Amino acid sequence: MRGAPALFGLLALALWEAAVRLLGVPVYVLPGPIAIVQAFAADPVGLLESLTSTLFVTFAALAMAAVLGGAMAVAMSASRLAQAAIQPWAVALQVTPLPAIAPLIIIWVGQPFLALVVCATIVAFFPLFASTASGLASAPPELNDLFHLYGARRWQTMRLLRLPAALPYFLTGLRISGGLALVGAVVAELVAGSGGFASGLAYRILEASFRLEIPRMFAALVLLALAGILLNYGLGAIGQAILRRRGGV
Amino acid sequence: MLTVSNVGRIFPGGVEALRDTSLRLDESDFIALLGPSGCGKSTLLRLIAGLDQPTSGRMLWDGRPPAPGDIGFVFQDATLLPWSTAEDNVFLPLRLRGVSRSEAMPMVHAALHRVGLTGFETARPRALSGGMRMRVSIARALVTRPRLLLMDEPFAALDEFTRHKLQADLLDVWREAGCTVVFVTHSIYEAAFLARRVVLMTPRPGKIAREMTSALQPAAETRLDPAYAAFVAEISRAMQAALA
Repeated sequence: MRGAPALFGLLALALWEAAVRLLGVPVYVLPGPIAIVQAFAADPVGLLESLTSTLFVTFAALAMAAVLGGAMAVAMSASRLAQAAIQPWAVALQVTPLPAIAPLIIIWVGQPFLALVVCATIVAFFPLFASTASGLASAPPELNDLFHLYGARRWQTMRLLRLPAALPYFLTGLRISGGLALVGAVVAELVAGSGGFASGLAYRILEASFRLEIPRMFAALVLLALAGILLNYGLGAIGQAILRRRGGV
Repeated sequence: MLTVSNVGRIFPGGVEALRDTSLRLDESDFIALLGPSGCGKSTLLRLIAGLDQPTSGRMLWDGRPPAPGDIGFVFQDATLLPWSTAEDNVFLPLRLRGVSRSEAMPMVHAALHRVGLTGFETARPRALSGGMRMRVSIARALVTRPRLLLMDEPFAALDEFTRHKLQADLLDVWREAGCTVVFVTHSIYEAAFLARRVVLMTPRPGKIAREMTSALQPAAETRLDPAYAAFVAEISRAMQAALA
């Protein structure tokens, strides 16, 4: 059972390679897996450096989204005024398409790395914010009553009840936002083009497409997909380890 | 200790949960609030705890009003912090009052010992049975040495064997702690076994129909006493009359 995804993947790759060869599909339309591996083998350092660069933006954005999303959710949970002030803007940020505002952000921020991080943060922010806010409100009313009965101050209720209750939600949000931060970093790099960092994996994809180096483009895409999968599983494993340490809850 | 005087509670939306309810709680009393679901028992308990405010009437405390820790509350569910150990759950009320861990631990361990949970200090709630979780909840309510212990159908979700054991243990704890207990239940058997005074309540809007005083010994063997069966029958008849 555990090997099923790998087996399915290998079978799909074999079928893909066979179809490309048997049907004589030109490499600039659809390269086979072997051509993609060859493209990667031709410049592994360059592609991996670009991946590192994209991941750097991704992790910086994820950290920023975690801090901002967590802090704003806590502020919202602590104050109705903050809730009224923050919530509409958070929703507005969520529904604004990144490609529409990325050029402005790149112009306003100026510094390319920071501009990309800001763009990716905007994409990664909402799931973290929304899930943390849900978690902060998830404590059973009886426990809130109990804290009230024992004369708990608001910060004590926050520290001893709401924040611990929100942890599983925050970790779920972090896992979702991890993938979105990667998507955000790639979209921002694509929109920024040569005006951006000029070293990320998305920039390599653009560059390869301009030069019709389709296998290299696919190699970059495969790296992105693998990074996304690893990020998702990695964040999931970290979340589980943290929750296991406090008894699986 | 407390006089509940002509108290009423109408919730937003117009639902009248309680009407013109009067009750006196004395020191070291054990009162069972008995009635069918929706008769305002839990509402009355929340009013006594100060978790809700009456729409009409007054709650008059003898002497000083209760400070945090003077009232212990045990809910129908154990309502423990699932990420904390049994010890830390019992420590919670003291921690909220600013008592240091080292100062609190003897009291925490004494409370856990009192409910028979010595050896389970570091267990988390999910590792405990339903009955053990409820014992932790009772220990948490007792750790501040409350003057008044309020219990809202705490054993309703437990199996009969566990319930009988916990009922007998609760009587021991009550005798030792010497606090006043108000115990909400919809079980006539439970009310008859535990309480010194059984207060019958009618369905919504909740009102007190009748108070009955128990002459039974507050002990485990009372369950086998023919007088217990007679008291159950007496309460049943009174309840039928109240509901008619």
